[in-house]
Amino acid sequence: MGYFKNVKKNFKFKDLTNYIIVGIILLLSLILKATGNLPRSSMTLLTQIAFSIILAVSLNLVVGFLGELSLGHAGFMCVGAYIGCLSANYLGKVIDSQLLVLIIAMAIGGVVAAFFGFIIGLPALRLKGDYLAIVTLAFGEIVRNIFKNMKTFGGALGLRTTTYKGSLFIVAFIMVFVTLFLIQNIIKSKHGRAITAIRDNEIAAKAMGINVTYYKLFVFILAAFFAGIAGVIYGHYASPVIYSFFSYNYSIEILVMVVLGGMGNLTGSIVAATLITVLNFQLQTRLSGDLAAIKFLVYAIILIVFIIFNNAPKLQPLRERLSITRILHERKEKRNPASIKNDQAKWDKIPTKIKMDEVLSVDVTPESPYTPDKPDKPVKKGGK
Amino acid sequence: MFMTTFIDGLSLGSIYALIALGYTMVYGIAKMLNFAHGDIIMVGAYAILTTLNLGGHPVLAAIAAIIICTAMGVITEKVAYKPLRGASPLAVLITAIGVSYLLQSVAQLIFGSKSQTVTIGNYGTVNLGSAQVSVATLLTLLIGAIIMISLQLFVKKTRLGRAMLAVSEDRGAAQLMGVNVNMIITTTFAIGSALAAFASLFYLMQIPSVSPTLGAMPGIKAFTAAVIGGIGSIPGAMLGGMLLGVVEKISLSIPVLAPYTTAVEFALLIVILLVRPIGLLGKKRREKV
Repeated sequence: MGYFKNVKKNFKFKDLTNYIIVGIILLLSLILKATGNLPRSSMTLLTQIAFSIILAVSLNLVVGFLGELSLGHAGFMCVGAYIGCLSANYLGKVIDSQLLVLIIAMAIGGVVAAFFGFIIGLPALRLKGDYLAIVTLAFGEIVRNIFKNMKTFGGALGLRTTTYKGSLFIVAFIMVFVTLFLIQNIIKSKHGRAITAIRDNEIAAKAMGINVTYYKLFVFILAAFFAGIAGVIYGHYASPVIYSFFSYNYSIEILVMVVLGGMGNLTGSIVAATLITVLNFQLQTRLSGDLAAIKFLVYAIILIVFIIFNNAPKLQPLRERLSITRILHERKEKRNPASIKNDQAKWDKIPTKIKMDEVLSVDVTPESPYTPDKPDKPVKKGGK
Repeated sequence: MFMTTFIDGLSLGSIYALIALGYTMVYGIAKMLNFAHGDIIMVGAYAILTTLNLGGHPVLAAIAAIIICTAMGVITEKVAYKPLRGASPLAVLITAIGVSYLLQSVAQLIFGSKSQTVTIGNYGTVNLGSAQVSVATLLTLLIGAIIMISLQLFVKKTRLGRAMLAVSEDRGAAQLMGVNVNMIITTTFAIGSALAAFASLFYLMQIPSVSPTLGAMPGIKAFTAAVIGGIGSIPGAMLGGMLLGVVEKISLSIPVLAPYTTAVEFALLIVILLVRPIGLLGKKRREKV
């Protein structure tokens, strides 16, 4: 991994918003806990929020930044959960410190999941888009099917772990910080720009000398690693870990978080993961039996409406009119009419040395693709 | 013994093939994976159940299923997929997943999540040489074969079918030749969904229980079959479906492998894609800059 050698010297706290959001959640819950006002159910909810954030952020790396659809994220989580919990059970007999056992278990679960990410990443290099999606889906189902039938992992009854007895949500939220720190630094680095370049145009990226194979594998391994860690946290919280939880429906639930938050937007993923987990938690306690389907109905409508609104070529003018950045920008100009003049003034002081780093990190959205239905310009008539 | 397994496999395979045809045709023409296709089968199954409960004849139930499935296919295409024409494939795929969830949850709200039993006629068994095969299996195999052959004839011989081939080959060029692309895409969805209705009928003849998630697993497996055969290729979907059906039944008949059947099927997919990334009968496309 040449990556870590390059980047070690400029690790920074970028995109502070994300840390602040997560920090506020953690701080509030810690205060509540200290005053003894935090009920047990809220602690489980907080743990759920933490592993959902890790899952959503890591899936966003694949879907939002690399631009490949993965429907097997729950599969990686499944690997992490089973392997991590099994190793926690064995380690618990040897090591006294519960926290140390949990950390080692997370490392083991993450690394094994990352190994599976590597295995799935290999065909990913030969396959594109839809084919890759079906392979990741197949992977998730294979993993589930194998764990279900292995006696070591408790079979259909599931695997129990009772090694960690402290407040799991604190450890989980610290893991969220670690995940965010690593992923955000990667995105804002040369690696991140290479990954988005592959998403925007693979052939052009290749032509610029970007090693597509390496970066794709890198993203898959990294995303699987974090999914594995989320799995270990889930395993310690759920106990028993049961195979049926990791069905492709769960992969899609993570995908909903990513899509709802905005593909390629980590803050969005964090907010969406939190919202959906809270919604899930509330609905699960309120709705019983067949009414539980309302939850999925809501997801479905969110997915369809958001995607159509964000992607339909015909809605482009509407999107521009409702764009938040544009509205904010206009308000700024209204408040301070001189800003336009100032902009003009800035052009006089163009720095002679352009910061290439900033130029490259600008996210370029591709124009709407050419559709033959409506030619841009009317065809010239009577050319004869 | 092996013969029975093999014929059972072919029969299951023809169900998969019928569903896979829907996937593959839509992919070939609209260049999108219609994830909700499996749930169209579920819609068909509920149509059959409701008609039979109302005292209808099985044939009437089948006709009702075909009409409702076709309508459902066309409606989802118009509402969810048409606005996204020209958008990125990822967006369309995620919308299709959304439609799949929508159909499942609406079905659960209307019919409940419990599975209900349906009996479509009574069938005995016949002896074919050493093998004992149920009539339902043979019927599935026979009607499935007729449908697939007529579909192939339709695509190759009729004007509409050739227009479909043209659109799948090059949408822009087909439009310049006067083909109404939107109409062709809608027709493709209609045909695919009608095939799904047949699949739901055969499925219920073999496994007589209906639940909102009925379409999920056969859908994913048929999707796998379509990819194995080479998505976009009609003979490929048939081959892939048959292959997957036979592999599933054989794997189920071997005690050691039986619990791992799902894993075996999906592993087959991964292996085939590793060897031939375009599927068995898929056409290779060069990527142009």
